Amino acid sequence: MPVKEIAGQKVWQRRTTRMQFAVWFGWLLGVAIFVYCWRLISDKTIWFFVTDAPNQAADMAERMVPPKWSYMNELWIPVWDTINIATLGTLMAIIIAVPVAFCAARNTTPSRHFVRPVALFIIVSSRSINSLIWALMLVTMIGPGVLAGVIAIGLRSIGFCAKLLYEAIEEIDETQVEAIVATGAKRSQQLSFGIVPQIMPAFAGITVFRWDINIRESTVLGLVGAGGIGLQLDSSISTLAWTQVSLILLVILATVIVSEWVSAKIRHAII
Amino acid sequence: MNEGKATRRWKRPPLIANPTLRWTLWVGTAIYLAFAFGTMEVNWQRVAEGTERGQRFLASFFPPDFTSRWDSILEGILESMWMTITSTVVGIILSIPVGLGAARNLAWRPVYLFCRGILAVSRTFPEIILAIFFVKLFGFGPFAGFLALSVGTIGFYGKLLAEDIEDMDPVQAEAIKSVGARWLQWLNYAVQPQVMPRMIGLGIYRLDINFRESAVVGIVGGGGIGATLLTAFDRYEFDSAAAILLVIIGIVMVLEYTSGYIRKWVQ
Amino acid sequence: MLRIENLEKFYPTGDHALKSVHLEIPRGQVMALIGPSGAGKSTLIRCVNRLVEPSSGAVFLGDIDLTRLGSSDLRHARSRMGMIFQEYALVERLSVMENVLSGRLGYVGFWRSFLRKFPQSDIDQAFELLERVGLDHMADKRADELSGGQRQRVGICRALIQNPELLLVDEPTASLDPKTSRQIMRLICELCEERQLAAIINIHDVLLAQMFARRIVGLQHGTIVYDGPPEDLNPDVLTQIYGEEDWEATIERVKDEDDNGDAGLADNVTELKPVS
Repeated sequence: MPVKEIAGQKVWQRRTTRMQFAVWFGWLLGVAIFVYCWRLISDKTIWFFVTDAPNQAADMAERMVPPKWSYMNELWIPVWDTINIATLGTLMAIIIAVPVAFCAARNTTPSRHFVRPVALFIIVSSRSINSLIWALMLVTMIGPGVLAGVIAIGLRSIGFCAKLLYEAIEEIDETQVEAIVATGAKRSQQLSFGIVPQIMPAFAGITVFRWDINIRESTVLGLVGAGGIGLQLDSSISTLAWTQVSLILLVILATVIVSEWVSAKIRHAII
Repeated sequence: MNEGKATRRWKRPPLIANPTLRWTLWVGTAIYLAFAFGTMEVNWQRVAEGTERGQRFLASFFPPDFTSRWDSILEGILESMWMTITSTVVGIILSIPVGLGAARNLAWRPVYLFCRGILAVSRTFPEIILAIFFVKLFGFGPFAGFLALSVGTIGFYGKLLAEDIEDMDPVQAEAIKSVGARWLQWLNYAVQPQVMPRMIGLGIYRLDINFRESAVVGIVGGGGIGATLLTAFDRYEFDSAAAILLVIIGIVMVLEYTSGYIRKWVQ
Repeated sequence: MLRIENLEKFYPTGDHALKSVHLEIPRGQVMALIGPSGAGKSTLIRCVNRLVEPSSGAVFLGDIDLTRLGSSDLRHARSRMGMIFQEYALVERLSVMENVLSGRLGYVGFWRSFLRKFPQSDIDQAFELLERVGLDHMADKRADELSGGQRQRVGICRALIQNPELLLVDEPTASLDPKTSRQIMRLICELCEERQLAAIINIHDVLLAQMFARRIVGLQHGTIVYDGPPEDLNPDVLTQIYGEEDWEATIERVKDEDDNGDAGLADNVTELKPVS
């Protein structure tokens, strides 16, 4: 009890003494870990470069303006590719994610002990590997280009979409399904009448949400050769063409803002 | 009422009632997909070669080789972890003032716009682009990666914090104001208790994201396990690469499991 | 028609929900099952169509022992039993018509149902039923736009379009106001009479049970403690079912309503058009 009586007076404290110590100890431990990590990073840092950074930044900024607007003519196709990578990748992801999600959800999985763990492993491995790493592998396998980007985005998004979707499936109202079961419906009909209508809004929302994220991610896939505007960014940086770099950054900014606007509109229309 | 009629047809009403809009959308989608696939320059010969090579490539992943590069894997993983922890902590600390400023019900209008601007800019560019620039400015190594992840964290966490504050229950906030609390007291007593549980959960979630991102900032020179991975790829040591990927998956799984547990415990 | 023999149900938690239940219901009889919460009413009717698997005992629908059926025979048997749920259990994001037609799923193949190409005879019947309950003008509304009473009517249509021989009704009035409750109960009883359906109606409202059912079965702790006509329900019986309480008032009120309630009973549901 945090209320104590000292010399006939009731003293209220937020925590008991022991709890207070535990809290302090927790903070101390946290700070110690942070300081330790920080030391390790700062050991590997050449502080001269860091102190010099503001000058460097000013220098870079100076060389970046004005953006080389004429370069825009060469950017239209990369932008188009970038959007396609995101869209087709999302499409591929949801086509694969739907069956995976049904296998992973506790209430629809064909087998809890065999199929479900496999589905969960697909989800985790797809989610933990960044699309850039997927792209790195795919470029080695099928060569550089848009296709590698599409597949990389697709593989990365399967886990994301399937995870959110299977959580939505697990949260459905079971009595509605029970009512369909009671009519003597087959398993496939239970899915299409009892479960699918309930998860439709979540499904649409997840797709649009992931598409929005994928637009962002597909802008950088070019860094490892998987198509899109990242290719131009990479080559402009390596040739130190800073005025092109600034234009590309502006284009990325615009693409992301437009995609965010579009996805907000679509989500609004669905819900 | 057509009660007399024996048969009445029924068709499921279409999702989009307006037929013109419906058909425009269908046709538009079809045209877009046709163009998108059409302009996708695919070197099918290369792909065909690739599928054959891909099999060999995949085969060279197995069995994963943990031993021969274990020292550099361990170093990379640890470096990634230091980056993850420091950037999450610094990012969250910095995002608190920004998030408070970006909440419409809290901040003065110019401050609100300024903070929203910071959030928009730091959210637009993927961490990897930020990392490229920080590497240019601060040199190779984990410091650049740490900065990139911190900026990413500010954008993510600040935005969610601001939204959470905007969604809080105004009655509780009013009640604390009505007792005559100062602004900071008001934050501490009315705002903090309402947003805290969710924000702790999101902080742990961001830790998870930062670890995954730390694996890629290395590709552009930002330190961490990504650098080790890229080296493995460049040297065609795919069995070591497979080992690295498995280690990443393993750590993410552990993080996800603990974060789920902690989130449940907090709420 | 329906014969339940020696039915037992143990839940994995260790609850002994049904203790050796015997029950027989002839064609066309409407039976109300009363009892306190947790007495096993819901478990009993769910054991009949095996939404809950009985632990032992037998349930005969006609000559078929439902407890021994394999999954495809069970589906066939389920299509012969209509079920009406507490809280309606409509699929909220499907339209009224789709909800009603979902009662035909046991008779229609997957692709036909997936493409919503039900036989015209089913559609005719659906419209007929919707007209009967006064909702045919709402066929294309989404189920979640309806009021509670309207939803329950759709639920009734879904059960009846199965052309069942038996209705299993689980607390049909639990979330409805008193007036709508009566209308719904009256509708169910009228429809059972028209079609000579047997029905088991779970209901916790003793008054409604006495008003509408010909036979009342009282369940307590998984055992049948009363089985007889509504008139014989007396304070002793109710005490046995529900425990000690002053029951005189309840019984008196039912008598009153029976005496002067005929005017109220006479009005047809179709006339009481739903307030939209």
